[in-house]
Amino acid sequence: MSEAALHPETAGMPERTVLQRLLRRKLALFALFLIAVIVLAAVFAPLVAPYDPSEQFFEGLTLEGAPLPPGPDFWLGTDLLGRDLLSRLIYGARTSLIIGVVANGIAVAVGAFVGILAGFFRGWVETVLMRFTDLMMAFPALLLAITLAALFRPSLWIVAMVIAMVNWVQMARVVYTETRSLSEREFIAAERSMGAGTLRILFRHILPHLLSSIVVFGTLGISTTVLLEATLSYLGIGVQPPTPSWGNIIYENQTYFTSAPWLVFFPGAAIIALALGFNLLGDALREVLDPTQKGRS
Amino acid sequence: MGSYILRRILQSLLILLGISFLTFVLLYLIPADPARQIAGRSATAQTVENIREQLGLNLPFYQQYFRYLTGLLQGDLGRSYLQKTEVGALIVSRLPATLLLMLGAIVCELIIGLTMGIVAALRRNTAADTSLMVLSFVGVSSPQFVIGILLLYIFAVQLGWFPIGGYGTFQHMVLPSLTLGFLGAGWYSRMMRSSMIDVLRQDFIRTARAKGLKRTQVLFGHALPNALLPIIAMIGIDIGLFMSGIVVVESVFGWPGIGQLAWQAIQRVDIPIIMGVTLVSAFAIVLGNFIADLIAPFIDPRIKLR
Amino acid sequence: MKRALLAGAAALLAATALTPAQADDIKQGGTMVVTYKDDVSTLDPAIGYDWQNWSMIKSLFDGLMDYEPGTTNLMNDLAEDYTISDDGTVFTFKLREGVKFHNGREMTADDVKYSLERVTNPKTQSPGAGFFGSIKGFDAMAAGDTETLEGVTVVDPYTVKIELSRPDATFLHVMAINFSSVVPKEAVEEWGADFGKHPVGTGAYSLDEWTLGQRLVFNRNEDYWRAGVPKLDQITFEVGQEPIVALLRLQRGEADIPGDGIPPAKFLEVTKDPQYKDLIIEGGQLHTGYVTMNVKMPPFDKLEVRKAVNMAINKDRIVRIINGRAVPANQPLPPTMPGYDNNYTGYPYDPDGAKELLAEAGLADGFQTELYVYNTDPNPRIAQSIQADLAAIGIKAEIKALAQANVIAAGGEPDQAPMIWSGGMAWIADFPDPSNFYGPILGCAGAVKGGWNWSWYCNEELDKQATAADSMTDPAQKAEREEAWRKIFISVMDDAAWAPVFHEQRFTMRSERLGGPDAIFVDPVHIPVNYDYVWAKDVQ
Repeated sequence: MSEAALHPETAGMPERTVLQRLLRRKLALFALFLIAVIVLAAVFAPLVAPYDPSEQFFEGLTLEGAPLPPGPDFWLGTDLLGRDLLSRLIYGARTSLIIGVVANGIAVAVGAFVGILAGFFRGWVETVLMRFTDLMMAFPALLLAITLAALFRPSLWIVAMVIAMVNWVQMARVVYTETRSLSEREFIAAERSMGAGTLRILFRHILPHLLSSIVVFGTLGISTTVLLEATLSYLGIGVQPPTPSWGNIIYENQTYFTSAPWLVFFPGAAIIALALGFNLLGDALREVLDPTQKGRS
Repeated sequence: MGSYILRRILQSLLILLGISFLTFVLLYLIPADPARQIAGRSATAQTVENIREQLGLNLPFYQQYFRYLTGLLQGDLGRSYLQKTEVGALIVSRLPATLLLMLGAIVCELIIGLTMGIVAALRRNTAADTSLMVLSFVGVSSPQFVIGILLLYIFAVQLGWFPIGGYGTFQHMVLPSLTLGFLGAGWYSRMMRSSMIDVLRQDFIRTARAKGLKRTQVLFGHALPNALLPIIAMIGIDIGLFMSGIVVVESVFGWPGIGQLAWQAIQRVDIPIIMGVTLVSAFAIVLGNFIADLIAPFIDPRIKLR
Repeated sequence: MKRALLAGAAALLAATALTPAQADDIKQGGTMVVTYKDDVSTLDPAIGYDWQNWSMIKSLFDGLMDYEPGTTNLMNDLAEDYTISDDGTVFTFKLREGVKFHNGREMTADDVKYSLERVTNPKTQSPGAGFFGSIKGFDAMAAGDTETLEGVTVVDPYTVKIELSRPDATFLHVMAINFSSVVPKEAVEEWGADFGKHPVGTGAYSLDEWTLGQRLVFNRNEDYWRAGVPKLDQITFEVGQEPIVALLRLQRGEADIPGDGIPPAKFLEVTKDPQYKDLIIEGGQLHTGYVTMNVKMPPFDKLEVRKAVNMAINKDRIVRIINGRAVPANQPLPPTMPGYDNNYTGYPYDPDGAKELLAEAGLADGFQTELYVYNTDPNPRIAQSIQADLAAIGIKAEIKALAQANVIAAGGEPDQAPMIWSGGMAWIADFPDPSNFYGPILGCAGAVKGGWNWSWYCNEELDKQATAADSMTDPAQKAEREEAWRKIFISVMDDAAWAPVFHEQRFTMRSERLGGPDAIFVDPVHIPVNYDYVWAKDVQ
């Protein structure tokens, strides 16, 4: 029997790779565009940025010390220390992306690890790990992050670590639920009865099925991480100036927002753009990788 | 059912206990000495030491925790280090403001989110649908302090329609509620859209239409109530997001709730207040989850109590 | 510098124009609204120690001594008269008769003794206990061995004798500080730890209402012992108002004084607007912002390095960053403090000279270090400006912006914070005497774990000179004492333990309808405003 006869609903439709299906979606294209712009800006920052982001220009402030609005010399204006806002925004992309990738990467790894352990091995391992996950979920995320940040002297890596410690929980939960239902299925029992080792089962049968969830939630997680870093920096306990971060630009300059609103809106728009990009991408990936999954939008 | 409730209550208590322990450990580890903070600049070493004794800071960790716990069981949340006021009194005086804000946010979320979702579902795959969905995504992708400052600037500073932060009248509530609810509106609009689409596909809708019922009747009488069910189950979970959001939103708008209290306390390392607010927030989250899980099976019979 | 001196001189002149007796021809009545962002922490005079509640407590309570409004000159308060023994160790205060607490009872010498014992008792946890260290019996009280102060004796219901264990030239200032306010025993015992929310004193105003998080209301004390004071019937403090909102309300006539001052974003706009010219008052503060260098952490143990830092900082640019709300500083004492040296020029701004000094110290290639700072605006900005200045001479300083408590903790350890920018915690004098700028922050006693001498600078010779200066209790020796202190602080600068950067100026804005000499709106002691002497123009 031909393939078409076995799968009548796909008969006549050409096979598409994930990437192809992804690129057919307009929103996904838009998302990729946003992300690409920001990534390129970050990678080529020294070439793209008109000035050194840390240089405090004497002409960057008025004689009484007020920042300059957007103009010919400083396209997006200056901040309260006379530094070029555009350059700081461009270098700030680096900060957001580094933390987004690192912090999220750690969160995904830890969360997946915990979820797989709990979902596969069950028993007391499951109980302990999942109760702990419940505990962490009941902790208001921001309060936890702020308290953790207070323990350490702030630095880029500490911020990444703190965010990871707060964000791993969602991934753990999702992976746990899936692993659990997977490991209950018959083919796993069949494999076990055939004497397949634990590692083999995990790697050959469980992990591939988890991959799509991990990819989807991992991508969405970058958005959450970017937002959390921005919030922590806005509160003054995230990335420390003079290292530019979109959140800490707003933190440093917010007292002036009534007379210099560009100092809040441009970095704010950047944050939204990056988070939006990853949210749209994650959502598109979810639709493409598993169209039957409804879950929480 | 009864045993389920009992089990959940027990679980919740254990979770709260765990949180109190975790928070206490974290605060204990912070490299700042509350006694020195209270004693101020001109205090002698003796005064600092005296204060440390008074607060029991010289006791070993487990003893301090035990003291706190026993106080907690008697309803005593301790006294602020810096103000000497009872933490319970401080929280109670500020809780109404936060509850009001959360209520406002839920109202905003539902009105905006549901309307967007319904319209998008009815105009599926049109430009309206796409733009509404992008807007929802923006809602979920925006840091609350940016939205807050944006709304303040446009509607309060420039247009003058609303007061610039503060508390007291209905006008004071609008912008903070919108800010806090913007995120949730994004969630709900997408959920509502997919939920509506699913419901509209179902047989009973076709039956209702075939019976000749008017479109609006079908919509509001049959589709909407069913589409709402999964949404209602989610409101309880919202509390968790709110507890994080209030710290920032209350700070931006000068709203005198427990979020502002927590932030001020954190900056001064006023540990009893931080403990108190964390416990109250965790309690709210646990309660919200509990109620959501409890309602769920009534709404969707396919869900069984775990 | 010159501006500050002029402002200080003007303030003094204006203040001499107002003496308590002269206030008779101003009609009494009217109200005032003051706004603040944060709720008041406490009104307990033994506990309250922040700039917000300082003058509120002074309005609710009285002590034996006080200061002439708008000045730093001592005057008698509850003490009608006093005598000092020849050796300067015994003070006998004659109390006014007929002074009533807000609860109606008359104040007597027993209350004075009770109040002093309460504030020094460790159980009260008062941050000000240490000020009374010179009273005989203080050590026993601090150690918890007794609950009475041996050195305070009630001679008769209106006479108190206080014996000191050593001569103390600052003692009268200590009797004027908030911590010495007289409190009634029965009210304290009734409210216990909540006395801070239900204060009862002898002051010009009494607390009528306190709605947590929203508002406090002070009512005029009709039985106040000082005639003609206060002028207003009522003061309402509204809390939870952002400075920008407060300013708007003032412009609309809804509020009279924004307690937190003029918000930075509006500062330039408002100070340039001619309609507000007379409503904005500028005054000097007893404040210095400085960078401490930990002499125990290399390379700050080298004098040349510390001098280089002093020469590297561009103070004018920093003042510009904060919109001119300060004057550059070249010594630890602020200009309005006795003991300030008008002729001292300090270290010039000379980056090239600084680089030479570094080379002399063998650090021609510069070095890496850390700069700690309190993380509320504008301090991180100031720190970044300093960082840029240091980078220009080869010093790479990493900024550590932390919560106040964490900076304090780091400073109190000998090996953690090489440099600290003091902004936000910068020294404002507790009382207008130079010794207050030395002891805890530059003396050996403060260079201990948990201390506030973040430079860990300990010069025993200077300590001896300080003690000697404080033993000059004879009022006739005032000039000599000031000269002694002047020398001490110049020596500190010779050792370059600090890099003083600026002295903040206070700017208070008031509404049109408030009257009173300018000086009381930037009162150096009743910070920020001396509420007792404000009057309302609309009831005249």
